[in-house]
Amino acid sequence: MILIHCPYCDEKRPEIEFANAGQAHIARPFDPSGQSDADWEAYLFIRANPRGRHHERWRHVHGCGRFFNAVRDTVTDKFETTYKAGEPRR
Amino acid sequence: MTRFSALSLFTKAFGGHQNWPEQWPDAAPKPAYDAIIVGGGGHGLGAAYYLAKKYGITNVAVLEKGWIGGGNTGRNTTIIRSNYLYDESAHLYDHAVKLWDGLSQELNYNIMYSKRGVMMLAHNVHDVQSLQRHINANRLNGVDNEWLTPEQAKAYCPPLNISPDARHPVLGAALQRRGGTARHDSVAWGYARAAAALGVDIIQNCAVTGIRRGANGAIEGVETTRGYIASKRVGVSAAGNTSVIMHMAGLDFPLESYPLQALVSEPIKPTFPCVVMSNTVHAYMSQSDKGELVIGAGTDQYVSYSQRGALHIVEHTLAAICEIFPIYRRMRMLRTWGGIVDVTPDRSPILGKTPVKGLYVNCGWGTGGFKATPGAGDLLAYTMAKDEPHKINAPFNLDRFRNGRLIDEAAAAAVAH
Repeated sequence: MILIHCPYCDEKRPEIEFANAGQAHIARPFDPSGQSDADWEAYLFIRANPRGRHHERWRHVHGCGRFFNAVRDTVTDKFETTYKAGEPRR
Repeated sequence: MTRFSALSLFTKAFGGHQNWPEQWPDAAPKPAYDAIIVGGGGHGLGAAYYLAKKYGITNVAVLEKGWIGGGNTGRNTTIIRSNYLYDESAHLYDHAVKLWDGLSQELNYNIMYSKRGVMMLAHNVHDVQSLQRHINANRLNGVDNEWLTPEQAKAYCPPLNISPDARHPVLGAALQRRGGTARHDSVAWGYARAAAALGVDIIQNCAVTGIRRGANGAIEGVETTRGYIASKRVGVSAAGNTSVIMHMAGLDFPLESYPLQALVSEPIKPTFPCVVMSNTVHAYMSQSDKGELVIGAGTDQYVSYSQRGALHIVEHTLAAICEIFPIYRRMRMLRTWGGIVDVTPDRSPILGKTPVKGLYVNCGWGTGGFKATPGAGDLLAYTMAKDEPHKINAPFNLDRFRNGRLIDEAAAAAVAH
């Protein structure tokens, strides 16, 4: 089981306290009715799915309950860093 | 290629089985092919075989980055069934089940397809309603599936605990009798041998590192660790690594890759006569011909290419197995492993053309691709040979994520399927 650092609790806790919430930094369109079908496809369904450095969201669901972002290598599963929601992409 | 028969086995036995020739040559890449398949798993090898056998395209290469059948083909729990809810899925998966029948004879290779029945358990009212809806939908589509009472389920699978005070009470089960298992390695080897006999080059240790496109955007060939290979037709059947290959062609795909785990116990005498799946508590199990209990666990929650999963996923499954089949509580598990599965948003595969001319894809089979092996191979071959999808795989196009015509088996099953 991987250990994850929660940037709010500032503690490394086991993975079972957390829920993965998918790829990070996907912004919902400000103008939904102005989006084309291709824009919606990209927003809803297309994912980076990289082999290597990956930005993802986690929620400390059995802890503080807050969402944060993480950078993890998808081959080694090692976390490079975690940072609070709203902070710029690392 | 030596044809296997009772006579050939008998005569080779006199030589102590020492003089069997290699079953197919270890091919080196040629500069160009009429068609290239990326990925030497069951699906890719099957596509190469059907391209040669049914469509007369024999100048074909299968490129495998490791060894054939070393990916998800050799890592799954070998379950075969076609009891899917939606019409499109039922036709797709039943096409494969029909091909499994007679595949050993066709390939002259024993793939050990055993129609021992796949039984799906209902533990609560929702399960009962959902499984009965599946049964009705399946039967309208000509797919066999029937309802069993708890007593009938116990008679079909004696280790099952149907006590009313069980942690996971059994309220009934859906049984597809044509479902069962096959030996996964044999499927890869059988297709490889049969395809090679028709002229297909099976090239191992040959990873694709780039895709070359011409000025008009069409496919010209692939860069590999063993040099450039030209071809105007490339079919990608790379399971968990499909996104990586598609990025080389400049395409983003609606896929995410997750580790899916399986495990086997120490071998015991035959005790478990069928396949049992419980979607609600996420446990599925069968017994191999070697005697090991073969158990499928769940996926990890995060995207990964690590081919290993977390222990708590396995623990979760074993807890359920011990409750549903108490006779196995003292068994020891021998091995666990993981494979990387590529999952689409609607949990249905993508099988057809791509926006790049000459580039075809077979991906997104998620946690259940093995059962579709012959069907997926056949349909990818059809699509590549005709440059248009067969009517069975036409609904499984990439455009559905843009036009909204999803085939939402994710919602239908509410769990992995």
